[in-house]
Order: sequence, then structure tokens, then C-alpha cells
Amino acid sequence: MAMEQQSIWDATDTLSRPVSKRDIFFDKVFRWVTHAFTLGTIFVLFYIVFKIGGKALPVISEFGLEFITSTTWDVNAGKFGILPEIWGTLYSSILALILGGSFGIAIAIFLTQDFLHYRIQIVLKNIIELLAAIPSVVYGLWGIFVLIPLIRPLADYLHNHFGWIPFFSTSLSGPGMFPAALVLSIMILPTVAAISQDALLAVPLKTKEAAYGMGTTRWEAILRVMLPTASGGIFGSLVLGFGRALGETMALAMLVGNSNDISLSVFSPADTLATLLALNFPEAGEYEASVLMYAACVLLLITLLVNIAGATIITRCDCRSMK
Amino acid sequence: MNFKNSGNGEPLQPDMLERRHFEVRTLKSIVLSSITIFAAVCACLPLFSVLIMLIYRGGKRLNLEVFYSLPPTAFETGGGFGNAILGTLFMIGLAALISVPFGIMAAIYLAEQGHCSRIAQTARFCAKTMTGLPSILAGVFAYAAVVLIMGHYSAWAGGIALSILMLPMILLTAEEAIKMVPSPMREAAYGMGCTPSQAMVKVTLPVAMPGIITGVVLAVARAAGETAPLLFTALFSDYWLHPNGPTASLAVLIYNYSGMPFENQIELAWAASLVLVIMVFILNIISRAIGQRKK
Repeated sequence: MAMEQQSIWDATDTLSRPVSKRDIFFDKVFRWVTHAFTLGTIFVLFYIVFKIGGKALPVISEFGLEFITSTTWDVNAGKFGILPEIWGTLYSSILALILGGSFGIAIAIFLTQDFLHYRIQIVLKNIIELLAAIPSVVYGLWGIFVLIPLIRPLADYLHNHFGWIPFFSTSLSGPGMFPAALVLSIMILPTVAAISQDALLAVPLKTKEAAYGMGTTRWEAILRVMLPTASGGIFGSLVLGFGRALGETMALAMLVGNSNDISLSVFSPADTLATLLALNFPEAGEYEASVLMYAACVLLLITLLVNIAGATIITRCDCRSMK
Repeated sequence: MNFKNSGNGEPLQPDMLERRHFEVRTLKSIVLSSITIFAAVCACLPLFSVLIMLIYRGGKRLNLEVFYSLPPTAFETGGGFGNAILGTLFMIGLAALISVPFGIMAAIYLAEQGHCSRIAQTARFCAKTMTGLPSILAGVFAYAAVVLIMGHYSAWAGGIALSILMLPMILLTAEEAIKMVPSPMREAAYGMGCTPSQAMVKVTLPVAMPGIITGVVLAVARAAGETAPLLFTALFSDYWLHPNGPTASLAVLIYNYSGMPFENQIELAWAASLVLVIMVFILNIISRAIGQRKK
């Protein structure tokens, strides 16, 4: 040991040495590579938009806006319109948002406002996160063989007794909007719950304590102080959940019934943009493929708008709470 | 409200501070609490229902045979999904091979540049936008960019579609992990005469590694369950893995078989779901274990 120490001190070149040319070269190359990959990330997004948009361009100029406003989809007649799909996409997502959003916010409140023992809280939080881990195709399978038979009696009851309400005007014949929206709401619930929890936890503890100090009950504090303070983040979570619901494909392809109709009834089958793509792409010829690219463009546009809106809301709230 | 009394300057009586169980405010609180508890229980039900059904229906069919045999034809009994497991692993591996270096390199640049650089800001924004991209659009992109150019469906196209989904997740989590490394560590490395890249490779990255791996594992878990991007890029196949041709995957197998009128295929779909969910859960547990050790 002593010998080794000796040799280090005696050596002419010490452990520390000036940066060699190789190091500088390596440093430059490394910086250059990271820079290139960053530019690559930006490039990928633009390339995606360019590729899909480029393929769709001839069809866009051919059909124009009529594509969005007409309702027939007939490959043989060369008539294409996606209004029912746009309707189905928005309708299913809004239904899912109402269900999944309210449950998600309720759970976020339940997990952040000291209702539970610390340990149980962690267990419940993990369960909700695991909900997000289950692949959507498994939810679809579960929906077909478990959920639809389960809700059929309820759907029949609602249709028979409340058939005059437009929402229940048809009976549930297997797949339909209602089971699809239910599964969709299960899928967006973890998103809404997680981001709302962050928003509620970001409210300074003093704010809540001040409310309690004024003599409020737990729920008065939550409804009048906590929720309004965290409202920006919660709203952002709803928008992002909505964005997820818009683009969700598999569970809907398996449960929504794929019929080209516009109906207000929650029990009638419908179609969404994503399922239209999923079902028609594998067998599409070259021309139909570019028509589907147009539909993909519309979906891309809707989701991009919603997601950018959601991200902006959340970022703005973060900045405000930091100040 | 009872506060009016104290507002008039009367001294607060001790009995005013007692909780009254039958006052409207208290009842409202109790009702709302019960609704929340009910909502939380309801939200847990689907998970348990899915798990129980998977174990019950999938477990019944699960045996060693399914792991090494090919999918059955219409009226055949037996069979399995060995090729789908291989296909899923191959495509995830390919996607990880593309997106992991890509994501980590870009994350290093983003973490180094912080909020100062225009490019870093733009890249961060693009990555956030891409996380919200519907997975089917990744499939549409890979169809346009790979399938149409190669002229046939392939595992390569499927892998590229999955890598598009994994890239932003890996990038954003890796950036967070690198930013979490205390700056004195890096500054100490600079003080020792390291170049910035040496400090990054020898000090910052090893410290940030658990966080980065957590992100990678989660991205892999998500990609494993993705079906939509594979539907018309890798398609499906009843034969063993052949990267240049249509390739089977667990997720697409579940989707295809769930709509078939044959009992054997439906049972296989449940068994494949069980295998897939076990894979995904194990990956999730691994990432949690790594994340926990970090703390």
C-alpha cells in the first residue's frame, strides 16, 4: 500500500492532466450528437405531420370540406364523409369525460384531503395507477365478455321505462356507445386523478389551515377553498383526459359497434375516427388509404388542439403557483 | 351559522365549538364524504373485475403448450401463441433500440440547455405534444413512411411505430431524472477538470440512471400493450417470426381472436391477455422498485 502511494507521488505525470485534444474532440462530438438528436425530435413530429398530410393532400383537394360534412362512406361509389365519425368521437369522449372526470376528481379529493390513513392512501393510489397500466385491448376483451352482459339488463330497463328520453331511445343490442364510453371513462380516470392530485397537493397547506381556522367543515374547505384554488390544474387534467379519450382506439373498436350513424341514443352503435382508421386501413387500397389519411389528419388536428390547450393551461397554472 | 354570535362581540361559549351531528353543514359533509368513498370503491371495481376474469378465464387455458405452439386454425383445438410472444418481444426490442438512445441523447441536451435555448424549448414542446398523439396515428405514420415504401407489412414497421410512442415518454422522464442530479456534483466534476461531456457521462448520467431506467421500463410496458399502431404495420401472422413479413403480436392476437365465433380462439385471447397483463405488471413493479431505491 505504502509502495503504491509512493509511486503516485513520484510519478512525473500526475493524476490530473490538462484536457487533451482527444477530450476536446470527444466533447465536441458529444455536444454535436445531443444537439442532433434534439433537432431529430422536432423533426420527427414535423415529419409525422408532413407524411400524413402529404398522403392526404390529393384527397383533401378533391373532397374539400364536403368530406367533413357528409355522412356516407361507400368505397364502391367513391363517396366518403366522416361526419358520423366526428360526432361519435366527440360524443363518446364527452360521455367518458363526464363519467371519468367526476370520478377522477372525487378520487383526487379522496386521496389528498386526509380522508385515509397514509398507508391505505398509497395502496389506493397504486391501484388507480395500475388501472392505467392495463392495455386497452384487454379492456376491450373485458368489455365484450363481462361489461356488456352486465349492463344489458340496466339498458333494457332504461329503454323500456324511459324510452321517451332521446338518450335511451334505442335498445342495447350488444356493442354500443354506452359500454364504449364506460370503458373509455375507466381509461381516462387515472389521467384525471393523477393530474388533479398534483394540482390539489400544490395548494399551500396554509391555505387549507386558514380555511379550517375559520371554522369550516372539511367539505366547505374543499368546495370553497381547495377546489377553486386548484381549479386551473383540475381543468387542465380534464382537457388532457379528453385528449386521451379522443385518440383511444382499441377499446372503442371492440365495443362501439362500428355503425355509420349519428344518434343521440347512448345505446345505439356508433363509430369514431380512430376506429374507422383501425378497421378500414388493413384492407384499404391505395386510394382508400389516402382517403383514410384525410380522416387521420382531422383526428390529428383535433387531438393536437386539445392537447396543446391542456398543456398550456397546466403550464400556466404551474407558473402562477410558483410565483 | 353560529359565527354571528361572536361577531356581535359576545364571548365564544365552549358549547358553540362542539360538533353538532344533525346540523345541515355536518350532514352535508357526511353525505359528500360517503359519495367520495363510493366513487373510490367504484373506481377500484373494474381493476379487480378485470384481474379476476383474467385469472379465471385466462388461467384455465394457460399451459406450457401455448408458449411454444402456433395459433390454431378455425376448428382446431389446442394451439398457442408462441409466435405472438416472440413478435411482441422483437418489436418492443426494436422500438427500444431506436428510442432509448434517441430519447436519452435529446434529454441530455434539454437538461443542459434548460430554458435558455430556443431549440430545447421547441423540442420539449414537441415531445409533450407527441405524448398526446393518438397511438393509431403512429400506426398511420409508420404505414405511410415504412409500409408503403417497403411495399409490404413488416415487423420493422411495427417497431418504428412503437418507437414513435416510446420516444417522448423516455425523453421527458430522462430529462427530469437528469435535472434532479444535484448541481454541486456536476460542478465538482468541472472543478476536477472534466469537460462538460465527461462530467455528463461519468458523473451525472450514472447518478440519474435509476430515474432514466424507470422511464424506459414504463415506456416499454406501455408499448407492450399497444395494439393500434401494430394493426396495419405489423398486421398478424400465423407463422413464426419473420421480420420482413407480417408479424404476430400478443395485442393484435387478442383483438383478432376476441371477435371470432370459436370458443378455442376466445379462450386463447383470454390466456394471451393474462400473459400480456402479467408482463406489463412485472415491468411496472420493476420500475417502481427502481424508483423506490432511488429515494
